[in-house]
Amino acid sequence: MKNIDAIGHVRGESIYLDDIPLIQGTLFGAAYGSPVAHGFIRALDISAAEQHPGVVCVLTYRDVRGENQIGGIIPDEPLFAEQHVHFCGMPMAFVIAVSEKAAREAVGMIKAEIEPLPVITDPREAQTNGALIIPPRTFRLGDVDEAWSLCTHIVEGRADTNGQEHLYIETQGAYAIPQENNVLRVYSSTQAPTAVQRAVAKVTGLPMHALDISVTRLGGGFGGKEDQANVWAALCALACMRVGKPVKYSVPRTEDMIMTGKRHPYSSDFKIGLDKDLKILAYEVTFYQNAGAAADLSPAVLERTLFHCTNSYFVPHVRATAYSCRTHLPPNTAFRGFGGPQGMFVIEAAIAKTAEILGIDAAVIQKRNLHQTGDTFPYGQPAESEAHACWQKAEDLYVVTAIRKEVEEFNHSHILFKKGMAFMPVCFGISFTKTLMNQARALVHVYTDGSVLVTTGAVEMGQGVNTKMMQVAATVLSIDPGLVKIQSTSTYKIANTSPSAASATADLNGKAVQMACTEILRRLKEVAARELGVAVELIELKKGMVRVDGVPSDMDWKKLVLAAFARRVSLSEHAHYATPGIHFDPEKEKGHPFAYHVYGTAIVVATMDCLRGRYTIDAVRVVHDFGVSMNSLIDKGQIEGGIVQGIGWMTMEEVLYDTSGRLRSNTLSTYKVPDIYSVPEEISIEALHTERDNLAIFRSKAVGEPPLMYGIGAYFALRNAIRAFNPSADLPFSAPLTPEKALMGLYDKQHVTA
Amino acid sequence: MIRFILNNELIVADDPPGMLLLDLIRYRERLMGTKIGCREGDCGACTVLIGELKEGRMVYRSATSCLTALGNVHQRHVVTVEGVNQEGVNPLQQAICEEGGTQCGFCTPGFIVSMAGFCLSGKAPTQAGARAAVDGNICRCTGYKSIERALTRMVKDLGGMSDEPASFLVDKGILPVYFKQIPQRLAALALEPNGVLRSERGDVNRFLGGGTDLYVQRPEAMVEAEIDFLSVRGDLKGIVEEDGRCVIGGAATVTDLIESPVIRTAFPRFDHYAHLISSTPIRNIATVAGNFVNASPIGDLTIFFLALDAQLLLSDGKLRRELPLRRFFLGYKELGKKAEEFIEKISFRLPDADEHFHFEKVSKRTCLDIASVNTAMRVRMKGAVVEEGLISAGGVGPVPVCLEGASLLMAGRRVDEELVQEVVGMARSEVKPISDARGTAAYKLLLLGQLIKSHFLTLFPQLSVVRVLEI
Repeated sequence: MKNIDAIGHVRGESIYLDDIPLIQGTLFGAAYGSPVAHGFIRALDISAAEQHPGVVCVLTYRDVRGENQIGGIIPDEPLFAEQHVHFCGMPMAFVIAVSEKAAREAVGMIKAEIEPLPVITDPREAQTNGALIIPPRTFRLGDVDEAWSLCTHIVEGRADTNGQEHLYIETQGAYAIPQENNVLRVYSSTQAPTAVQRAVAKVTGLPMHALDISVTRLGGGFGGKEDQANVWAALCALACMRVGKPVKYSVPRTEDMIMTGKRHPYSSDFKIGLDKDLKILAYEVTFYQNAGAAADLSPAVLERTLFHCTNSYFVPHVRATAYSCRTHLPPNTAFRGFGGPQGMFVIEAAIAKTAEILGIDAAVIQKRNLHQTGDTFPYGQPAESEAHACWQKAEDLYVVTAIRKEVEEFNHSHILFKKGMAFMPVCFGISFTKTLMNQARALVHVYTDGSVLVTTGAVEMGQGVNTKMMQVAATVLSIDPGLVKIQSTSTYKIANTSPSAASATADLNGKAVQMACTEILRRLKEVAARELGVAVELIELKKGMVRVDGVPSDMDWKKLVLAAFARRVSLSEHAHYATPGIHFDPEKEKGHPFAYHVYGTAIVVATMDCLRGRYTIDAVRVVHDFGVSMNSLIDKGQIEGGIVQGIGWMTMEEVLYDTSGRLRSNTLSTYKVPDIYSVPEEISIEALHTERDNLAIFRSKAVGEPPLMYGIGAYFALRNAIRAFNPSADLPFSAPLTPEKALMGLYDKQHVTA
Repeated sequence: MIRFILNNELIVADDPPGMLLLDLIRYRERLMGTKIGCREGDCGACTVLIGELKEGRMVYRSATSCLTALGNVHQRHVVTVEGVNQEGVNPLQQAICEEGGTQCGFCTPGFIVSMAGFCLSGKAPTQAGARAAVDGNICRCTGYKSIERALTRMVKDLGGMSDEPASFLVDKGILPVYFKQIPQRLAALALEPNGVLRSERGDVNRFLGGGTDLYVQRPEAMVEAEIDFLSVRGDLKGIVEEDGRCVIGGAATVTDLIESPVIRTAFPRFDHYAHLISSTPIRNIATVAGNFVNASPIGDLTIFFLALDAQLLLSDGKLRRELPLRRFFLGYKELGKKAEEFIEKISFRLPDADEHFHFEKVSKRTCLDIASVNTAMRVRMKGAVVEEGLISAGGVGPVPVCLEGASLLMAGRRVDEELVQEVVGMARSEVKPISDARGTAAYKLLLLGQLIKSHFLTLFPQLSVVRVLEI
């Protein structure tokens, strides 16, 4: 089934935040962000801005009615800077004016006198100084200290991955509109309506029931609008209360890039030990997460790094320690994969380094150590593994021997170009790692004309969740999907929602829709049984018709609905779903945090232009564990998009801060995401169909995040291509592998083979 | 008054001619299909088509409306996604829907418009051409593969394209029927009293070409500026050959270069070079002269024409003077041009059979990116010996430069690996790159040498690749 939003999209009729028709009298906001990364505020002069024609008022921390605090997990993030600034772009003032132009001009008139304090951008330096967001966490399995003595090969090293700008094409924004009786409606481009509601409640002092946070759709989120959407909504809400008029702030791109956090950069140390048969016995890793200036979601991201630190491999002895380090960057945040990719990169680097030292193909080590069903993850959950099945299917289907031969022959016959290949197995846990977040609600109304309206807490941001929700409703009720409409979410319709994140949105909300529809169906069957005078067990609804013992009756869906209404039977249901069986004890760092895992294997081939240092990723060939895909077009799109986003992270996307904490890659001309020419010529996706029962909706496993990590294979394929040209290159494990790093590696020590 | 046709409606705007087309489309006309992603021409979410009547035929080009001044669409036909909508979905939209080529949907109208632009271009329907048409559109969701599949469908639909693209497309149901009337309507519009585009006060304080740089650098100031619109002047267009020289009008665009028979003959690899330079919608509006006046140390065309030792004809509207491009760049963003002067013409001697030319560029992203280093080399051979050579380079100092030492060194020398080594060494000694968002100084030095090697390896295939690499 096609995405139900597609027609609106291709006609340009889908409504995003900046497209909402303006209410008369709407005012416009613009934020003044700190020009320095760390300092003590001596003075903030807003007088010129206040006098500027068109300006209505200028808000600072003094105007916060409730608490000047928007931190989600930890209350450590003021909305407005008070005495200190902690990152460049930290909001210090918010100008409200009759036009966007006037507001922006006035922002240019604000002057801050800030006494600079030392700026730290390096997480290791922050850790040395004891600047941590939360105490360090350690996951343990077996006894790593004992295990080293059993190892034949021990390899140590360091691996670094940089941040990643979300670059949703629709920037952040909010539009707050006053309602009667002290209620505010806030349109927000957020993945997390309830998080916005909480943040706005806190800063305004309004109870949550006075805040209708409404989301139509997002022009991309990728994690960047999970907690980071709170700021703009809080600013607009405060302003709206102050002036009693609607206030809108659609954040310009450069401000968005400067003021918002990104994927966490990580710096890590690893030590890996293998026996003579190349079985990994021990793995010790220390992660230094660059959290930025406030917690945001960093502790949760950190936790997922630990959960995924051994990727698809079984390692009997593991000690993984993670530090969430406070630096003077904007608070880093969720980004597709949520710490998982950063953890996986390190063990892949450890394996690659070992292979390079031993002079063997990393795939040998990778394959030998894939975990089996029953093997335990370092956090105690036993695996239901599809790792081998995916790997083996990929090897066979894509004829790896032929790929390998092609690469070797190419390298033998070319001097200026070299190819490299790499395997990238992925194992990703599905569920919010914070167990309490694994709950969702759905509201289903059946109207007397037979049409159905479904509302959930799911936010549509391109992942196709609306389509999947419609499929669930139409399937359970066995009616034409055209009868089902998905209503956009709002905190007035669905309360206490979890964000649309963690790849779990379709599962959680889909299960709730399934429950609501099942309950309505149950009542309708009873009605049908009474209307037709037969036992309810004989009633079945199929393709919009009531069947009795398999034989179609003359009662169709519409008649049935009307009959139910006439009998005063409820045609609405609000259902609640909570993922069963999951738990985690953060004291012991053990439990069963995931409903299930998604597996896959990618084979990546890349070609390096050894004269210029630029490159192409030629092919990504994947076997992906779908369970049973409920929408192959949408799921394929998620995989292709995830792969390309992962490749971007590993190759050209370079977040650059200078040592004073200023973002240098603050425009689309300095921060490059993949364009149509930089995507692999071939992306092949083959399903591993698994019939095993799981907790996914209709056994269709989550597909949002896992594919991003196939992109990690691009780094290692490129690295292998560089080493084919210059085997003595001393290449740090540092992503992204930009053309700059590639060229420096190709000519490291100036060694060239013909 | 600026008059133009927006989709099927006549727009008569008394807004400042420097106002951005994007703002008029979205916030005045409330056509919300045209999206804002970056306001610097780098995402394509605001792509529109601009059509003009040329010799009785409509020529449509895609453009980013975030960098297009109202003055530049005077008497033109502007098409947004709403302007290609019909009942239901047209075949282009259908292709995107069927292939899953839209996810969050925010970039999608821009893609649809670019696709419609390809259809209207009358170009041979090929996959490569179709891809090129959307090379300025960034999608963060799909990974483009589904869009590529949709383009394949589009290319199929365009089989049998006639020389009257608009009619063909209307008949095929790809475009609404009003497109057929646009030529007559624009012709009628041209007869109406023209709007005043020059400043009524006569104190022009800005020349504007395509606007692709000025609207990135100072969008607010441009709205109120008194602008002389160079791109709408027919006398500044054209690329012709005169007495062995190529003469390029001051308002000629990069696309004009690509399509010029003079350029294509002189530079057989020009398509490849152009592929590395910005994107289709930007090339469609950006002028060659603008690339010089922008004074970037790294302008691709600047580097290209520096190696050709191009001459500029500067004019203040009354007096004209000639100036070699090499003497145009005085310091960082400082030009050898008075404020009241604009580039009327650019000319260079066309290379003859003994002359060889090559351009190289490397950037973080191969296409639609600003160079880390770019360079061009021209050599005139006399038998096996270099008679004269000239190498230009960008990204290696505050201004785009000719590498005088490296260039001089070539004269009178046979082309061999030793010469390459000396030229690379000399070139590196002549420049002083700085570290910035486009790379560290050490990288740029290394890269400059590599790209010079690439010039030699491309132009002189007899050189030993291994020996050149070992330099």
